[in-house]
Amino acid sequence: MNAKTLFLAVMLLITPLVVSAQGFAGMGASSDGYALPDRDNRFSFPADHGPHPGFRIEWWYVTATLTGDDGETYGVQWTLFRNALRPTRDPADQIWLGHAAVSTPSGHFHAERLARGGSGQAGVTAVPFRAEIDEWSLAGPNLNNVTLTAQGTEFAYDLSLRADRPFVLQGDRGFSQKSALGLASHYYSQPFYAVQGNISLASGDVRVTGQAWLDREWSSQPLTATQTGWDWISLHLDDGNKLMGYRLRDASGDDYVVGTWITPDGTPAPFAPGDLKMSPNTWARIAGRDVPVGWRVVLPKHDLEVSVNAVYPQSWMPTIVPYWEGPVTVSGTHSGRGYLEMTGYE
Amino acid sequence: MTQTVLHALLSHWTRRPFQFMTLILGLALATALWSGVQAINAEARKSYDNAAGILGGDPVFVRKDGELIAPETFVALRQGGWLVSPVIDGWMPAKDGRVRVLGIDPLTMPLTTPAGGAVGEVEITDFLGETGLILAAPATATRLAQYGARVRAIDGIAPGLAIMDILAAQTTANIDGFTRLTRLPDQPFRQSPLLDIAPDLRLETPGSTADLARLTDSFHLNLTAFGLLSFVVGLFIVNGAVGLAFEQRRPVFRTLRAIGVTTSQLVTLLIFELLAFAVLAGGLGIAIGYIIAAALLPDVAATLRGLYGANVEGTLTLSPAWWLSGLAIAILGTALAAATSLYQVTRLKPLATAQPRAWVRASSSTRRFQLGFAASALCLAFLAGTLGDGLFAGFTLLGSLLVAAALMLPTALSLLLVLGERVTRNGPVMQWFWADTRQQLPGLSLALMALLLALAANIGVSTMVGSFRLTFTGWLDQRLASEVYIGAEDAAQVDDLVAFVTPRVDAVLPIWHTDADILGAPGEIYGIIDHPTYRDNWPMLDAVPDLWDRIAQNKGAMVNEQLARRENLTPGDTIAMPGGWSTTVTGIYSDYGNPMGQIILPLETLILRYPDTDRTDFGLRIAPDDIPDLRRALSEDFGLPPENIVDQASLKSFSLAIFERTFAVSAALNVLTLSVAAIAILTSLLTLASMRLPQLAPLWAIGLSRQTLGRIEFMRAMILAALTFILAVPVGLMLAWVLLAVINVEAFGWKLPMHLFPGDWLWLFVLSLIAAGLAGLWPALRLTRQPPADLIRVFAHER
Repeated sequence: MNAKTLFLAVMLLITPLVVSAQGFAGMGASSDGYALPDRDNRFSFPADHGPHPGFRIEWWYVTATLTGDDGETYGVQWTLFRNALRPTRDPADQIWLGHAAVSTPSGHFHAERLARGGSGQAGVTAVPFRAEIDEWSLAGPNLNNVTLTAQGTEFAYDLSLRADRPFVLQGDRGFSQKSALGLASHYYSQPFYAVQGNISLASGDVRVTGQAWLDREWSSQPLTATQTGWDWISLHLDDGNKLMGYRLRDASGDDYVVGTWITPDGTPAPFAPGDLKMSPNTWARIAGRDVPVGWRVVLPKHDLEVSVNAVYPQSWMPTIVPYWEGPVTVSGTHSGRGYLEMTGYE
Repeated sequence: MTQTVLHALLSHWTRRPFQFMTLILGLALATALWSGVQAINAEARKSYDNAAGILGGDPVFVRKDGELIAPETFVALRQGGWLVSPVIDGWMPAKDGRVRVLGIDPLTMPLTTPAGGAVGEVEITDFLGETGLILAAPATATRLAQYGARVRAIDGIAPGLAIMDILAAQTTANIDGFTRLTRLPDQPFRQSPLLDIAPDLRLETPGSTADLARLTDSFHLNLTAFGLLSFVVGLFIVNGAVGLAFEQRRPVFRTLRAIGVTTSQLVTLLIFELLAFAVLAGGLGIAIGYIIAAALLPDVAATLRGLYGANVEGTLTLSPAWWLSGLAIAILGTALAAATSLYQVTRLKPLATAQPRAWVRASSSTRRFQLGFAASALCLAFLAGTLGDGLFAGFTLLGSLLVAAALMLPTALSLLLVLGERVTRNGPVMQWFWADTRQQLPGLSLALMALLLALAANIGVSTMVGSFRLTFTGWLDQRLASEVYIGAEDAAQVDDLVAFVTPRVDAVLPIWHTDADILGAPGEIYGIIDHPTYRDNWPMLDAVPDLWDRIAQNKGAMVNEQLARRENLTPGDTIAMPGGWSTTVTGIYSDYGNPMGQIILPLETLILRYPDTDRTDFGLRIAPDDIPDLRRALSEDFGLPPENIVDQASLKSFSLAIFERTFAVSAALNVLTLSVAAIAILTSLLTLASMRLPQLAPLWAIGLSRQTLGRIEFMRAMILAALTFILAVPVGLMLAWVLLAVINVEAFGWKLPMHLFPGDWLWLFVLSLIAAGLAGLWPALRLTRQPPADLIRVFAHER
């Protein structure tokens, strides 16, 4: 999930949203003209891989944990956000935002791109699948067989992503609830990509192989006014299971922690609030603020008790709205690797 | 002790409030003109910098052929890994003229530019889109009232500029494409070769600031020269007043020294006194300078807009640096003007005679020094004139010629006075008059030099402006040979319009043109046909003999004088044309008032080479009486909007209006300089008058009445002014020649023929006599009313 609703709401690129508790009544169109997530909606692929311009926000989010031919761990992020300025569905009223990053054990490189819809500079088509902004793209015959490319001033990468299992629906068959108040999104993932490719850095090229995770999510609703940020993890465990979890921090202290356990065959098992426990144990000083880069994650239901630690603690994204995003290693009852994202640390 | 000494020194001023006033006024005037001009220049430069820096200094991609960049090219560049941001540069109609449109894409542009800052002041959602916000400086925003609530006033945006989203700019400025693409400073890791994506683009470092600054440099240099001139003239006044005060206080100095005040104490106190005056007068001068600048700025702004398309805010903002520099120049000026007087005080011996001396006594060594200095100034002028290049050399030539002329003035006047004495050798009074006038010359020479400079500047500038005006009007007559000019509303209307007017007029002459970069600078290309209108009228400076036959055969190209001078072209030369072809220069024509290079091609060549040419404008030959009918038919029967029909007369008056405004500032400064010079004469004469009692008393004693003596004094002022004027005429003409043949060529690229205006000189002569007369009248009147007792006392004092 990674609850980027708030992130985008804060993005300032869009009119400050009127944060209101809309409750469960929000079936059908909301008062400001955007479509709202519907619990009875069923995805239809590949059409739903494409954009949903009736919704305010949407993203195509790829994170990859990779091993280089030098034996080091590398992380790659590729994100394309779509923001509607107005509920017109007009391409010119859509703003596209791209984020890309490479993390190594000793560095973090990032880039950011903006484009307006209708300019030909950015967009997404479902068949054949192609998501792009400028020269960055996630494209292939279909979303289970794509190449991923992006670059910045200090890095570039070209990766091939293959998955042989179906997409995993998050939450209630793709309807993902964001708070006890019922704010929600449509959300599915592909956590089973096998990756190979190349990362170019100033120090030279590195051949990499590993795993990648795609998140697809769209919504029109922000978080509640009291939710201040979130901590999100996606873990590839060595036994083949996957774990996605997030903690929505609430100013009231009433954090909302949920997630999904995904078995090796791709069967999702969503958690009830309270199943998963995430608590920070290591902090790092980054960009003038303290950010938790080491976590204790406990999931008694699956006998899991692990430490999740950043590969490179300074994996900071100093973008228009800054946040932390980087690869992590997992140790404890289970081992593995994954990605951590944290927002709202001031 | 110090207090007592200070009191003794200052008591001089309380007894002579008028002298105090002249000192302060002279210094204030000198500072005023200088700082006024500086304020105007600074304001203009700030506006240029603002306008040019609005998008930062990043290099830009432009089409090699000067055309608009297609949006597809922009996308192709982005997809090839090039971080570029589109910019639309155009115009939109506004109250009192037009406003420059700057269309930007906030999503891709560099964020740290002033334009980015302006966009940051509004909600980005309100800014984006075809009907998004229009951001402009408050003064500019009021001119865009027709756009209603879309306009937002933002402080700090350059005047005459409207910033809007690229989509809004496309509609507002009616531009279908991008003017240029800004290349962001940080480019990504890998990029496709530019030649593969956009071979028709070229990268250039933005030079528009430099262009505008270069274009307007001459104008600002002109103003600066005027400011400097009046500053120098003002210093003559200060020098006179300070010199007089020091002379008159010699007895006081002597007494003070005799009772034990050391030289250094005395000099320190005098410096302190002068410093106080400088600060007081400097403050006053800055205030007057502000008023002058504020009064002149709207005209300057209008001139710059009309002549160069440069936008300058019509209101003045003051920086502390400007205040400080004004004060500094006042103090510096005082120091310069008082240096010799102070030096003399240091050499004062306590027991020396208290008699005023030195500066009323002719000194042949001083004169030799002046002549020597004049000779070196002439050498410098010669070097600048023969070896120098560019505007700076031009002004060096001008400055050193003026300095030389001023320094030679006392010698020249003295020779003229000897001549006068020879011619009117009748009677002792007359003889005494000439001899005494010569005797006074050194004391008056500084003031007379000031007058000479002011008069010469006046003659020079008015000759230049007059010559320019005469040439310009004559040239307009030739150039605007067609009686009526019309423009179709769009390309589709052209054929109908031509069909409509052809039976109604004597001839329809296409005036089609396109904008292009000519040899690396923005320029215009026009097309004309061979027609008697052009054959008979076109203002050629130089051409091949069969120029018009070649035009008829679609051969060759005419270039304007500016371009010819810039690129050193003569008829027969080959010129490389935009679009990668070349042709022969067949003629050079004068094109006054146009800052840009221009090429005229045979019409068919223009259409062939530049198919995108704007083909909507035509000149019509028609009998003047038929113009009203044609106008009516065009607007009522054809439906052409009235603003698309311009007759020759209004076009001419419009052009002349721009011209007049251009020189309004020069005229105003001229008058100010002359009045400063008049004050200089007044102070000098007063200075002398008060010291001359001992010399006049014997004449009174031998029977000349006070009235006669007063009349003689008055005549003297008039004769000296008249002689100075006569000497100023050749100096002024020389100045005019330098302005026309050197400065104009360097600054604008055109050379003007010089015309003489003796009528104007007569006026100036009368004016300078009036100024000198007024200046001489007061001392003369004072003399006639001097109590006889004062005159007698001269003998009793036995000085």
